[in-house]
Amino acid sequence: MTRVVVDPVTRIEGHLRIEAQAEGGMVRDAWSSATMFRGIEIILKGRDPRDAWVFTQRICGVCTTVHAIASIRAVEHAIGAAPPPNARLLRNLIIGSQCVHDHVIHFYHLHALDWVDIVSALSADPAKTAALAQSISDWPLSSRAYFAGVRERLKGFVSRGQLGPFANAYWGHPAYRLPPEANLMAVAHYLEALDFQRRFIRIHAVLGGKNPHLQSFLVGGAATPIDPDSQNALNLGTIAQLSELVASARDFVTRVYIPDLLAIASFYKDWTGIGSGVGNYLAYGEYPEDDGPTPKLYIPPGVIRKRDLSRVEPMDQEKISEYVKHSWYDYDGGDDKGLHPFKGETHPNYTGPNPPYERLFTEAKYSWLKSPRYDSEPMEVGPLARMLVAYASGHQRVKQLVDRTLASLGVGPPALFSTLGRVAARGIETQLIAEKMQDWVDGLAENMARRDLRIHDHSKWEPASWPAECWGAGFHEAPRGALGHWVHIRGGAIVNYQCVVPSTWNAGPRDAAARRGPYEEALVGTPLAKPDQPLEILRTVHSFDPCIACGVHVLDLEGRELARVRVV
Amino acid sequence: MACESWLARELEERGVSRREFLGFCTKMAAVLALPGTALGAIAEAMERTDKPTLVWLEFQDCAGNTESFLRASRPTVAEIILETLSINYHETIMAAAGHQAEQTLAKTVQEQAGRFIAVVEGSIPTGAGGVYCTIGGKSAIEIAREVCGKAMATVAVGTCACFGGIPAASPNPTGAVAVGDAVPGLSNLINLSACPANAENITALLVYYLTLKQWPPLDQYRRPLFAYGKLIHDNCERRAHFDAGQYVEAWGDEGHRHGYCLYKMGCKGPVTSQNCPAVQWNEGTNWPIGCGHPCLGCAEPNFWDRMTPFYRHLSGIPGFGVASDVDKAGLWGTVGVTAAFVAHGIAQTARRRSGPRPQDKTTEED
Repeated sequence: MTRVVVDPVTRIEGHLRIEAQAEGGMVRDAWSSATMFRGIEIILKGRDPRDAWVFTQRICGVCTTVHAIASIRAVEHAIGAAPPPNARLLRNLIIGSQCVHDHVIHFYHLHALDWVDIVSALSADPAKTAALAQSISDWPLSSRAYFAGVRERLKGFVSRGQLGPFANAYWGHPAYRLPPEANLMAVAHYLEALDFQRRFIRIHAVLGGKNPHLQSFLVGGAATPIDPDSQNALNLGTIAQLSELVASARDFVTRVYIPDLLAIASFYKDWTGIGSGVGNYLAYGEYPEDDGPTPKLYIPPGVIRKRDLSRVEPMDQEKISEYVKHSWYDYDGGDDKGLHPFKGETHPNYTGPNPPYERLFTEAKYSWLKSPRYDSEPMEVGPLARMLVAYASGHQRVKQLVDRTLASLGVGPPALFSTLGRVAARGIETQLIAEKMQDWVDGLAENMARRDLRIHDHSKWEPASWPAECWGAGFHEAPRGALGHWVHIRGGAIVNYQCVVPSTWNAGPRDAAARRGPYEEALVGTPLAKPDQPLEILRTVHSFDPCIACGVHVLDLEGRELARVRVV
Repeated sequence: MACESWLARELEERGVSRREFLGFCTKMAAVLALPGTALGAIAEAMERTDKPTLVWLEFQDCAGNTESFLRASRPTVAEIILETLSINYHETIMAAAGHQAEQTLAKTVQEQAGRFIAVVEGSIPTGAGGVYCTIGGKSAIEIAREVCGKAMATVAVGTCACFGGIPAASPNPTGAVAVGDAVPGLSNLINLSACPANAENITALLVYYLTLKQWPPLDQYRRPLFAYGKLIHDNCERRAHFDAGQYVEAWGDEGHRHGYCLYKMGCKGPVTSQNCPAVQWNEGTNWPIGCGHPCLGCAEPNFWDRMTPFYRHLSGIPGFGVASDVDKAGLWGTVGVTAAFVAHGIAQTARRRSGPRPQDKTTEED
């Protein structure tokens, strides 16, 4: 047995450490550990619930909208606020553009280098690269001269000996399998995607003032005024700008991202049989299409167990619980039972090795992540879970996109339960949302035409209008999966706050019954050609799109009321 | 000479025209508030300079500053500048992982001691022996001492690295501190606060150094004056509405739709120093106040405790709107100067603006 440690796992958000046992060219067991903790939920106690979104938003600067959305939904649920239709449309646009932006960055800048060998691109023939590119897409940047230019730039970069962020990686590893031409095409699109993401995310500046950490969320609505007759509000000029940005995303996704995904995947089809994981999938659903407490959702909620696509169970949040048997926390009633978020408690208690350390105590507690379970089962969340639930629920457009992808690769639906399946599902979802976003832009324009300019439910803004004590849960599908916030409010202040986060579901450690979390389970059986260069481990872990700062959270039910609040 | 430089070569290879490059220099001159005549000097210095090495450390962070950095405007040229800085270590973007990543960092620190720039994102936890943040089995504080201690300069990006930020917000469960407090006595510590720091200011700081071969003058919080020398309030596009006593009273009301002042909705622009109104965000597309939401004061120390609740308006204001009626003015309290205004050195501004100096007075709500 060889012990393999990957720390830091790079090209992710946050601090993740993977320890694995390898034997016979394969991972036999694995442990996933989050090594950073901030305690934002403790910090929230005693504060104004209307401020909570600003705090929780800072859980993550990559998925910079998701904890704000979940927070305002939780508080609105608690106090009974009803955001008007314009707020729903603005939020859908913000959520959708976050999803598209995040998935593109993940594919090209965080994940691609696990499949694409930059050094191999140096020996590519630009003419063959152009032929390849033109055979899969009509994207205009595909001439021989263009790829020759990219190759020369790359050569110049390498010849000066300063590889910067590309230095000392696993280039030349035997698990890289793309021909040089495909590598060169991917490198060119890595650079193009850098430009795309920068331009496209101006949509968040239009709708939220800035990105990261947009600043237009409000409990009860949105802070972005709408008025076709004002230059200080979203007007018809903005509608045109939004339409243009949405069109640019649709264009890039359908003509660059999806063709690249299919081309690269076709060389790695064996990865449809690797990294399957726990085989249970959970989705809360997203993109309300109407208003009110139980709106119809464009992407449906549901639960799939044991890879059975013939049955989708309804999601019931009462069945969610969290365990700390292998997490650096203690429960008052012992660590063997799980607790529902409303009843949860967290007392941080680090019992790991003192830094600097070589090995974690993986037989005991070994992570700052808890272990969430649904009906006692580990669940995978994320684009794959969402697309599987939608597919199995008969969502028409998702079915078309999934079937087309499977046909293109010549594989059947079971191929989706894999490392490559996660990569494919993420691309499919990106296209689904990029296609959908214009509907929401049009919805805003229609409301403007009707002079429905409402953006906020004023009736519940003042804390005096709230119940003396109330509880709320807010659900959201973040790019990385199902996200829930639970809040308890008393006397206008937060008593208790808890987030159960996608990367907690996916990256969490073993539970009280010693069942592995999804990362850990997916790593078992992953091939490992060179244990000192664990490229294959990165592939499977990155396929989940880890976001570890998000995953680590804490709440303290019995914590003291904080003396607050000074206004300067 | 110029055409022999690395930058000229990079520009040419990337198909960036001389005109685009000068456009970039103009923008940088504007961010740095330099006169137009400085343009030639910037262009020349940028073309001649050697490539410095940069390492970017992430501790108790959310990667928001990293993401901001990826949004730097004038992408083509900025990208060159950034790449050509030779970013040898940056967890979020680097290809290498695990021990090979750590090797790269160790090599840079060793071989380029005293010559590289360390950028730090996130606060540093000091509680429980540093166990709240470890990378490669080492504590954040140990890494910060090792790396920043050998750097030519340390640039703290974002309010967490500058002042402790959200992890240090009350009750600071992990004993989080700013990099300057975790590693006292650092040479050339520069704070680029805000949540996140604006990409334009990160780039501008590097250009400042490459151009003038010196680090910029700093304010009392070690922030460059070029970006933090003025209050948001002083450059705000809605200032005229403040002066005229025209305020947003409710979200989506007539005033909100017409760009009135957000003071009553809780705006912290009067006590926050940053160049947001001038530089804006995401290629100059917009900024929070422009989009209709109050400033949160995110560039200021301890803003998570001092500026909250975010939607409660400031408890005093020097000088009221020239066109507002006196009865309304009475609603927002006596004309006095709050502790914050004094603390932020705004009293001076107020004096200039409204004549005789009002009596300095510390007021506190609650």
